[in-house]
Amino acid sequence: MSSFLNASVGRKFLVSISGLFLIMFLAVHLTVNLFLIAGQEAYNLAAHFMATNPAIKVMEPLLAAGFLLHIAYSAFITFTNQGTRPQKYAMVDQRETSSWPSRNMFVLGFLILLFLVLHLSNFWYNMKFGEMTYIVYGGEEVQDAYSLVTGKFVIWWYALIYVAGAVFLGLHLVHGFASAFQTLGLSNHLWYRRLTVAGYIYAVIVAGGFALIPLWFLVGNLAG
Amino acid sequence: MDIKLKIWRQKGPKNQGNFVDYNLTGVSKDMSFLEMIDYLNKKLIENGDEPVAYEHDCREGICGSCALYINGRPHGPGDLVTTCELRMTKFTDGDTIVIEPWRARSFPVIKDLIADRFAFDKIMEAGGFIPVNTGSAPEANSIPVPKEASDEAFDAAACIGCGACVAACKNSSAMLFVAAKVSHLALLPQGKSESGKRARAMIAKMDELGFGSCTNTGACEAECPKGISLAHIARLNREYLKEGFRS
Repeated sequence: MSSFLNASVGRKFLVSISGLFLIMFLAVHLTVNLFLIAGQEAYNLAAHFMATNPAIKVMEPLLAAGFLLHIAYSAFITFTNQGTRPQKYAMVDQRETSSWPSRNMFVLGFLILLFLVLHLSNFWYNMKFGEMTYIVYGGEEVQDAYSLVTGKFVIWWYALIYVAGAVFLGLHLVHGFASAFQTLGLSNHLWYRRLTVAGYIYAVIVAGGFALIPLWFLVGNLAG
Repeated sequence: MDIKLKIWRQKGPKNQGNFVDYNLTGVSKDMSFLEMIDYLNKKLIENGDEPVAYEHDCREGICGSCALYINGRPHGPGDLVTTCELRMTKFTDGDTIVIEPWRARSFPVIKDLIADRFAFDKIMEAGGFIPVNTGSAPEANSIPVPKEASDEAFDAAACIGCGACVAACKNSSAMLFVAAKVSHLALLPQGKSESGKRARAMIAKMDELGFGSCTNTGACEAECPKGISLAHIARLNREYLKEGFRS
C-alpha cells in the first residue's frame, strides 16, 4: 500500500478517482439547480428531497472527503512539481504544444476553492444552520431555499461571481475530464480524442448550466 | 543572412552561467542548425575565444544526442525533428535565436548547452530491460506477435531518449520516456510477464531522481521528435495499477 501511494502515479490515481467522483456530483448538483428555473415550488421540493434523502445523507460526508482528497493531493503534487526546474528557461513557447487550462489546473482549482468558500457560506451554511423561512406544500413544511438563492442572484455582483465560478469550473473540466481517465489508464490513441471531446461537451454543459441560473434571475429582475 | 544569437554560456557544473549575445553574419539558408553553430564556433576559435559546447553525434535524427532548447521549444520550431534535423530555412534574416540547454533538476548543466542526462540511464537500469537471456532472434513464426502489438511496440521503441519530453514538460516529468520503454516491452511476449513490476521500478526511480509527475498537458507528445503518443503513458498507468498493492 505504502509504495503504491508514495509514487507519483499512485498519488495522481487518488486525484483522478476523486476528480471523477466530483464530476458525477456536478451532474447531480446541476440537475437540482435547474429546478430553480422551473419555479419556487419545484425547487423547494427538489431541495427538500435532497436534504431528507437517506442516500444523500450518506453521500454528504463522502463528498466532503472527495473534495478534501482532491484538494490535498493536487496541492501536494503541485508543490512537489514546483521544485523540479530550479533554473527557469529564459524563453518558453507553449502556445502550440499544450492548452492554457492544462497548464493552470492548480490556479483554476484554487479559484474554484475560493468560490466554494463563498458558495458554502451563502447557501449550505444557511440551509443547515441559518434562520430559514418555511412554506407548507401538501401538508409538509419545507424550507424556502428558493427565496434564499434568488435573493442573492438578483444582486448583480453576486450573480457575476457565480458566473465567474462557473467559467473557472468549466475550464478546469476541459482538461480534468479526459485527464482523469488518462491517469487511470482508461485511454488509448482513439479514446483520448473521444474523451477530450466528451470533456469539452461536459464542461460546456456544466459551466453553461451553472452560469445560466444566476443570469436568469439577474436578467429577470432587471427586466422587471 | 545575418542573425542574432543569445546563447547560454556556463564554464562548468558549479559555475554560474549567463546569456551571451553574438551577431553572426553570412549564415546560409542551406545550413543545418548545428552547422550554423559550428560556423559560429569556427569564428570564435579564430578570434581566440572558447567555442560553444553542445552535444551531437549522428546528425540524422536517430541517436538522441543533440538537445537544444531553441526559442522556447525543445529542438526548436516545427514538429517531429531533432535539433540536428532543424534547418536554417526555418529562420529569416535579422532573427534573434535564443538557445538554452535542457533545464531540469535531474538534468544538471555540465557546460554551456550540455545537460547531463545520465538520469535516463539510471531509470533504464531500474527496469528498462528483460532480465533473462532471450537468446538470439527466434524463428519468425515460433512466437506469434499480433501485427497491432508489434506496430505499437515499434512506435514506442522509436524513442531515442533525447529528453525533449522532460525539457518540454512544465513539471520536468520523464513520464513519456518511461512510458515509451514500459509500453515497448509490455507489448511483446518476452517483456509482458514483468511489465507491472517494471513500471513500478522505473516510476520509483524517476521519482527518486527528482523528475516531476505527469499532469497530462501533452507538451511532451507535441515536442517529441519521434511522435511518441500519450497513449503509451496511459498504458504505463495501466501497468502500474495492474500491479496493484503487490509491490
